[in-house]
Amino acid sequence: MGRYRNVSFLAAAIFLQILGLAVQVKTPTENKPTRLIRVWAVSTITPLEKGLIRLQSGAADLWHNYFYLRGVRQENRELRDEIEQLQLEQVRLKQDADQAHRLQKLLGFKEQFIAKTLPAQVIGSSGSEQSRMVYIDKGTHDGVQLGMAVISATGVIGKVINVFRSTSWVLLINDQQSGVGTILEQSRLQGVLKGKSSGELVIDKIMADEEVKPGDRVLTSGGDQIFPKGLIIGTVDRLSRGPEFLQISVKPSAALNRLEEVLVIVTKEEREPVSTAASGRASDILAERLPSVPDKPVSPSLPGMRSAAPGAVPPRAVGIRPVAAGGAASNVALSPTKPAAASALAATTPIAGRLNPATGTPGSKIPVISSSPSLTSKPKLPPAATSKPVSDPTSTQPQPNSPGDAPQ
Amino acid sequence: MEVYRFSLPVTLIFPLLAIFLQAFLPLRFSFFSILDLPLLIVIFFAMARRSQVAGLITGAAIGLLQDSLTHQPLGLYGIAKTVVGYGASSLGVKLDVESVGTRFLVITGFDIIHEIIYFTIAHGMVRLNLHWNWAHELESALANAIFGVFLFALMDRLKDRA
Repeated sequence: MGRYRNVSFLAAAIFLQILGLAVQVKTPTENKPTRLIRVWAVSTITPLEKGLIRLQSGAADLWHNYFYLRGVRQENRELRDEIEQLQLEQVRLKQDADQAHRLQKLLGFKEQFIAKTLPAQVIGSSGSEQSRMVYIDKGTHDGVQLGMAVISATGVIGKVINVFRSTSWVLLINDQQSGVGTILEQSRLQGVLKGKSSGELVIDKIMADEEVKPGDRVLTSGGDQIFPKGLIIGTVDRLSRGPEFLQISVKPSAALNRLEEVLVIVTKEEREPVSTAASGRASDILAERLPSVPDKPVSPSLPGMRSAAPGAVPPRAVGIRPVAAGGAASNVALSPTKPAAASALAATTPIAGRLNPATGTPGSKIPVISSSPSLTSKPKLPPAATSKPVSDPTSTQPQPNSPGDAPQ
Repeated sequence: MEVYRFSLPVTLIFPLLAIFLQAFLPLRFSFFSILDLPLLIVIFFAMARRSQVAGLITGAAIGLLQDSLTHQPLGLYGIAKTVVGYGASSLGVKLDVESVGTRFLVITGFDIIHEIIYFTIAHGMVRLNLHWNWAHELESALANAIFGVFLFALMDRLKDRA
């Protein structure tokens, strides 16, 4: 018996662990309690990690804020220039966002907004390539709960999968047990982003005949109910076509292997989008975007038309009759996932069976002059948001909107 | 052959330190993720003590502790390191494990054995979708062996004769 003592110990140790593994695999994930050994391990390791991180950041702050200030003046100048550029860009983006919000409101859309975030410091990792997760220094004590989304300034990081008193586990999006609902920015194709055992990010289950280009941005779709819609995940790195599906490899925008500070999305709100600009009718909103017949002197003798007060009505703002706009609005409502296509359809569909009194061509849009204050006081859109001018004054061919005009 | 023992602080602190560094360093220096410091500690203690029971207990304890810091079920690293601890102590009885060359080969071999056991259990029992990559495993084994030779030389100073 003494001969087999050591082997018996080995067999017993392995058997017990296999039994334990089998029990854990059998237990559903949502009912799984946190094992005591995990609590002990986390309680032992994380205070050390927190201490070391504080020491490190204290030393780094001292160095950067008091000793190493070389080049700060130059950097400050460059940052000021950048702020000016960004402010210009922001004006244009705000116009686009307002318009998108108005459209969404009209269509009864509800958006998820990030109402509150909690900054956290990454203090450690699992230390295993088969378990891609990190520890953050915030836990139940700070309001962190299971399933909360974790992001950074550069992109999506992961979600909270286990919470302790002052620490939490964050499963990174490149772990193979992770899954994020995604949408490709250009093609609007939706898929599920998963991690591979090598740490690579892939989107699969997109049909092989779809058109996807490297460099296309990958955003959250909001379909997973964890990440709010529209957060950047990364860009399409490369793709390979299988017999049925595309295999899309994604380059994450956040440096997942060098994380320092992250934001936990503590509160999300679902509400109707709020537009800062005055809300208007669907026809008004679409009219702003759609091409129109260029400026033409209005003859008071034309039947069915009233005289316009000089300079009161911008021609492009009244270029569409309500019937056309109403049709366009219906199109948008029928296919809310493709607003850009709906706008294009509205832009290219002439009013059937009508003649333009000015040109006499069928299908032209009839200018109707209105004295509505909402139209007369319409703010002028910046150049990027307006339709391109028609080169031939008599032409009624609508010009395509710029890509940035498509409401999201 | 010499049989060594270690003081209680060394027995407790070094495995914990290895697990702490394994969790902390890869965030700052990503190349550290290729190393498995807890595995090196298991091999070192098992070979120095030359007791199979002590080796497998050390391996199981360190492995389970390492498991508890991951989100995978407990026991994946535990089983792999139990076998490695037992194997290393068995080898320690038969070989002169003080020389650099032997240490290099032993660490390389046990690193690959550890990965094979982990892969088999993770794939077979937990249904993790892992992909075996020989190039990566060999690279990891060699990196561990090189680092381990220097680490063992440092840790030799902690040994007490039994």
